Amino acid sequence: MERILSQLEENGRLSAGQLAAMNDMSEAEVVAAVREYEQAGVILGYPALIDWDKTDKEFVQAIIELKVTPAPDTGFDAVAQTISDFPQVKSLYLTSGASYDLSLVVEGKTMREIAFFVAQKLASMDTVTGTATHFIMKKYKDKGVIFGTPDEDERERDI
Amino acid sequence: MDYQKILSRKVVEMKPSGIRKFFDMLSDRKDVIGLTVGQPDFVTPWHIRDAAIRSIEKGKTYYTSNSGTLELRGEICRYMQRRYGLAYDPARETIVTVGGSEAIDLAVRACVAPGDEVIIPVPSFVCYGPIVTLAGGEPVYVECTEQNRFRLTADQLRAAITDKTKMLILPFPNNPTGAILEQDDLREIAKVLWDTDILVLSDEIYAELTYGREHRSIASMPGMWERTIIASGFSKAYAMTGWRIGYTLSPPEITAQMLKIHQYAIMCAPTISQLAAAEAMKNGDEDIAYMTGQYDQRRKLLLNELRTMGLPCFEPQGAFYVFPNISKFGLSSDEFCERLLNEAGVAIIPGTAFGPGGEGFARISYAYSVKHLLAATEKMREFLQKL
Repeated sequence: MERILSQLEENGRLSAGQLAAMNDMSEAEVVAAVREYEQAGVILGYPALIDWDKTDKEFVQAIIELKVTPAPDTGFDAVAQTISDFPQVKSLYLTSGASYDLSLVVEGKTMREIAFFVAQKLASMDTVTGTATHFIMKKYKDKGVIFGTPDEDERERDI
Repeated sequence: MDYQKILSRKVVEMKPSGIRKFFDMLSDRKDVIGLTVGQPDFVTPWHIRDAAIRSIEKGKTYYTSNSGTLELRGEICRYMQRRYGLAYDPARETIVTVGGSEAIDLAVRACVAPGDEVIIPVPSFVCYGPIVTLAGGEPVYVECTEQNRFRLTADQLRAAITDKTKMLILPFPNNPTGAILEQDDLREIAKVLWDTDILVLSDEIYAELTYGREHRSIASMPGMWERTIIASGFSKAYAMTGWRIGYTLSPPEITAQMLKIHQYAIMCAPTISQLAAAEAMKNGDEDIAYMTGQYDQRRKLLLNELRTMGLPCFEPQGAFYVFPNISKFGLSSDEFCERLLNEAGVAIIPGTAFGPGGEGFARISYAYSVKHLLAATEKMREFLQKL
């Protein structure tokens, strides 16, 4: 029932009853399926998608590129694990093709805080041979959702 | 000038669409959650849009032949064969029209003469009666009931036929009820018609949007091909409403007459849209499957929401509407919808906009995202609790 996953990914607030109706299942079957996904680590959480720009919260995000020397046995996994443990790191990807290896999204209260984090925690690691920091100026779209003022439904207007 | 006196009596007396009336009430309100539209929320699939862009780049900006490009007519006929097992000749039995609406207009104007009666099952789309009236014909409304799952029955049809009956309009899958006709229903209707001279205009614009059952065309029933005009189009199936592309399929004798009207009134359907439509039929089967799947999930969700909030609801099996029964609240359809709009900020269309037989019902469209639907049903639930 991967369809349930797609439905929840799009709308995490769908109730078991609503999912049951959409998929011709009983509520009990939905509850069991979702629990199984949660236990297997397929569903990892139900966070809200928030446009923080519309709030007073002051914070900064940056995309960081890291050039890394892979370890002989574990490749990039060991260093990626270490970097993942920093709470400042919101996402971490191993990427192909580019002139760097790891791509991170890092969050901090100020640009200075992120700059220090990169210099002191990341650049200082033995395996890290280079960094590049790109501060995020504005978020237009995240997790498939377009930020800003929602478009008016033009279909309603001109009929 | 006294325009009322000068202008065509028939047109002056024609009532504007009841859907239109409701949209006008909405136009100056920003805070309303609408469930009113009769068109897909999907954007036309990219490969179809791309075909149109390429046609513009290549400068394909001329008229096509009156009946449309032979390529598109060929695709339409292959599609009808592939999906519904119906054989039509692209050269003599197919006209590409400006949307399904023009197809309906052509069929009525080519067949209906002053004094002819046209049987129109209701509730149904708003255009049939006025077009018949313009042609001088007499609309004869037959009310399909919730008890009969909003299907037209053979008995109802038989009772409505007189010696003046020229045509039966068959609008299934149905807007606004979501009703469909199945093989057995069609066969019974065919039996009533096959030894008469009555023509059938089968409006199959929602044919691709059926859930759990494949659409069947009346033209595939014994003795019916020769008397049936199929009016259909790309708007609903391929999310191409703004392209204005539809078609007629009918025996050559009827097609030739309709083509003359189309020639003089329209010339040809837009060339760019025709090229896009050909791409849609060549490579669009997967798009249809995807969109239909999404509509089906929403249909089930919305039905469940409405029923659990205490709105009795016939299970629609086609199109993208549900048609709940609101009669137990002791309000007319108009009153119910107006109060829902004013007190809950949710817009739906009163069943009465779709002709006699719509009183006691309202049309809710699910051509919206799940998020949008649930925002609306939450407000409806609160409204009903207070009612």
